[in-house]
Amino acid sequence: MNALTLVLLTPLLGALVLGLIRPAAPAGWFNLGVSVVSLGAALWLGWTVALVGDAVDTGPGSITGSLSGGIAGLAFRVDAFNVYLVVLTAFVGLTTSIFSRPYMRHVIDTGRIGPNRLRTYHSMYQLFMFTMLVALTTDNLGVMWVAVEGATLATVLLVSLYRTPEAVEAAWKYFILCGVGIALALFGTVLTYFAAQQVISDPAAGLNWSTLYAEAGRLEPAVMRLAFVFLLVGYGTKVGLVPMHQWLPDAHSEGPTPMSAVLSGLLLNVALYAVVRLKMLVDGSLVHSSSPHLAGYLLMGFGLVSFMVAGLFLHRQRDIKRMFSYSSIEHMGLMTFGFGLGGPLATFGALLHMLVHSLTKSAIFITVGHAAHIAGTQSIEHIRGLIRTQPAVGWSLLIGVAAIAGFPPFGVFMSEFLLLTATMKTAPWFTLALLSGLAVAFAGLFRHLHPMVYGIPPEGQRPVEANMIPVAVHLTLVLWLGLAIPAFLANWLDRATGLITGTRLL
Amino acid sequence: MNMTTLPLLQQLVLVLAAIVLFLSFVLLAQTRLISAIHAFAWQGALVAAVTSVVAATGQVPHLYFSAALTLALKAILIPWMLHRLVRRLQLERHTESLQSPTLVTMAAVALVIFSYWLVLPMIQAELTFTRNIVAVSLAVVLIGLLMMVFRTQAVAQVLGFMSMENGLFLAAVSATGGMPLVVELGVAFDVLVAMVLFGVFFLQIRESIDSLDVDRLNRLSETPGETRTEGQ
Amino acid sequence: MDHYLTLPGWGIAFVQSFLYIALAPLLVGWVRKVKARLQNRRGAPLLQAYRDLYKLLAKEVRVAHTASPLFRAAPYIVFTATWMAAATVPLLVVDLPTAAIADIIVLVGLLALARVFLALAGMDVGTAFGGMGASREMMIGALAEPAMLMAVFTLTMTAHSTNLSSVIDQHLADGFMLRPSYLFALGGLVLVAIAETGRIPVDNPTTHLELTMIHEAMLLEYSGRHLAMMEWAAQIKLLLYGTLIANVFLPWGIGRGVSAAALGLGLAAVLAKLAVLGVALAVGETVLAKMRIFRAPAFLNLALLLSLLGLLSHVILEVGA
Repeated sequence: MNALTLVLLTPLLGALVLGLIRPAAPAGWFNLGVSVVSLGAALWLGWTVALVGDAVDTGPGSITGSLSGGIAGLAFRVDAFNVYLVVLTAFVGLTTSIFSRPYMRHVIDTGRIGPNRLRTYHSMYQLFMFTMLVALTTDNLGVMWVAVEGATLATVLLVSLYRTPEAVEAAWKYFILCGVGIALALFGTVLTYFAAQQVISDPAAGLNWSTLYAEAGRLEPAVMRLAFVFLLVGYGTKVGLVPMHQWLPDAHSEGPTPMSAVLSGLLLNVALYAVVRLKMLVDGSLVHSSSPHLAGYLLMGFGLVSFMVAGLFLHRQRDIKRMFSYSSIEHMGLMTFGFGLGGPLATFGALLHMLVHSLTKSAIFITVGHAAHIAGTQSIEHIRGLIRTQPAVGWSLLIGVAAIAGFPPFGVFMSEFLLLTATMKTAPWFTLALLSGLAVAFAGLFRHLHPMVYGIPPEGQRPVEANMIPVAVHLTLVLWLGLAIPAFLANWLDRATGLITGTRLL
Repeated sequence: MNMTTLPLLQQLVLVLAAIVLFLSFVLLAQTRLISAIHAFAWQGALVAAVTSVVAATGQVPHLYFSAALTLALKAILIPWMLHRLVRRLQLERHTESLQSPTLVTMAAVALVIFSYWLVLPMIQAELTFTRNIVAVSLAVVLIGLLMMVFRTQAVAQVLGFMSMENGLFLAAVSATGGMPLVVELGVAFDVLVAMVLFGVFFLQIRESIDSLDVDRLNRLSETPGETRTEGQ
Repeated sequence: MDHYLTLPGWGIAFVQSFLYIALAPLLVGWVRKVKARLQNRRGAPLLQAYRDLYKLLAKEVRVAHTASPLFRAAPYIVFTATWMAAATVPLLVVDLPTAAIADIIVLVGLLALARVFLALAGMDVGTAFGGMGASREMMIGALAEPAMLMAVFTLTMTAHSTNLSSVIDQHLADGFMLRPSYLFALGGLVLVAIAETGRIPVDNPTTHLELTMIHEAMLLEYSGRHLAMMEWAAQIKLLLYGTLIANVFLPWGIGRGVSAAALGLGLAAVLAKLAVLGVALAVGETVLAKMRIFRAPAFLNLALLLSLLGLLSHVILEVGA
């Protein structure tokens, strides 16, 4: 039994067991317990990788410093890049499950769903965790595809959990759009496999990322170029890149709030992770062709468009969860732009941004869930005076939004600053676009935030039972990351940067 | 490539692939749901046939398994499930009026040409006969996509989705002689689960808008007119 | 081809073109007979079509007062143009001296000429039905012609020639092959042939029901030998399409030299193929119902789509860069 097996088996078994537990209270606790074990296993896995990494130097382009292994004949690969996302996934999974317990109890109490649907919810929650962890750790691009599609399938019923016409519509959109996107990604995967077959003799290894990466220089550039376009559009749909983002605000706003937190905080990351892994392959293949930076340019283009468009759309939102889902699109766009820019500094910034965005955004969604319960609506117009009714929620929302908007002491500021610096170095003209985009997004968030937090609360607005510990932990971490990135974490991200770009920053 | 030098079995593969493409057009233009489901079943059966012929010509034994899997899933199980759903939802006589069918068909033809142009560099890379089918399979994928855009009936959209999967499978078989078995199984499993979920959604949509015309799913827009409550 | 430019070659070309005139009523009779049998009737004798023509030729010609000279000339023009078109399609033997004009585009052009005069004649007298039939005929023609051209282009792209003789030669030289493009072209051409020769489900050759007829509507004012010429031309057209489909897609058996054996074999083969096609047509007409005239464009669009797919699958699957 190694750490990886534990990481993967815990949520899978958890999902199976939760499928049998009907009563609400024990299911909530069990869900929490499974998440605790998952986090423990993830940390164990991270520790193992850290040990390997200390023993072997991760030189440029080398794929050492990773743990490769097989479970049930499948190739897995854990290196600094994905193990940090594994730990992040498990961590956010845990804090969200802490929040989800009282939240779902409130939902049950108000009679919006029955115990059977709650059972579905818990089971699918862990199944979703499982698919994401598989997508992160597998070495096989085909299995990664299956897992990402599996993540859609696991969450689609959760989006329609409330069975309102809006929820059903959102879920249908989510299902269809992501299904289409992911189908295009499969075509890209087939093309990649085709390119691999020309150079790799063992057909079974033809989809293994490690093998492909080692042979990237020999992959046919014309095919890889085409493959990447399909893969980017496919996985980009999941990342929520404009113009394939249509599903995202709907799915986030209509599903239960814990779902929004994990979708925004984790699923988008996993999809972006897939894109980055594939970009590494394509960069390796195109290095001697006429357009060596094609993948990077594509990412920059999609990223920048998503960033700008989402920032503008922030202004038009009336639903609080929709607003924050646009904020997610905006930040995913920024990260995509960063990865597209390439270079150690930008990549480091993007990795850090992935981390702080996940933490902040899930904290915000948790707070928003409570806020919506206080006001009894998700409509921004009707959420008023949170800070008076329930100061903890009001302050959390205020601090969370300040953090996500990139106020200085928080980690988001740090990563955005790094990204801006990198942009100024390599593509100075884009700095202007980025800065104006940040300003637009900032204005969009704050014009809505102010009345919600400080406005006059309507008559009879009461506080709800809320567990603010996850929010506090997340925001504290984000603050800490903004003030001083701990050495081990910096080293960790730096190793991931080294893996992606071939050069380490520090 | 010279067509005249190909053995008969390989010519058969080309013919079958071409008919798969034709069935995509039929699916796109067919307004009666039941007939569309039948066309889809035939498409699945033909993809399975292509797979088994490729298995026979290329001596790839594991493709026989894929062929059987495709036949069971795409030609029998999924059409049967759709058929049952359509009967359960009493949509047997449902016909959908298409807006400007000629335009859609021409768009599909343009997609075929586009796919060919797109995969041209890839075809040039190697001269095995099946490479040519990649363009056809991409066209099937894109026509499935077009179908999902232009058809507003939920069942028709699902058919478009599933025919995209057919195209993907055809691509995998023709370009690479089939993906590794574990991936193929995973994909088949995902498709099956997706089909079950689609069935669940038909019922949910029907319950919520009393129709399966997804054009009427239009409550969510950028600036909703009325504010929605969390329903408490 | 030059070695066939001999006197016997010319002789056979001559005989072949007359065979078209001679055989055309037989094919129609055969289709009617099979259809009658399928409908549990005994049906008219096989040679009834000849008798009808003979009777019409003997009858007096009555011409409307409003008719212009064009009305009188049209039957001869339509007959000759259709006959010329038929003469370009190899019936028994390929590589005859007439092969030089056996060009597919000429064929389509001659048929279009016949169609134009038929429509003009239909409108000439100024009756309501004639005009209606003419306009419907032109609508179908406008849709069928591109489909037919597309289908034959598919064939010519394989043979790299628009000459029918060369297309058949090439096909014979290749031996038996499964070409997706031929399959689609065949489908398209069959649909075009059905529409062009006025068969069910586009038009009903036996109806005189005012609202549904197309071809018959244009002939309402004709009588005597004029009507005979028009009917005969329509029969030749059916034979022409039948031969085109039979000899281009299944060329086996067609003679390739000027010898008695080749001629005999060619005749036997083409008769057998046409007999089978006739049965297929009769079965199709029995099974299908005539569709509304407004559905005809959809029918012909399908023909166009098939031909287009044939062209595309030739480029994509058979040439394949």
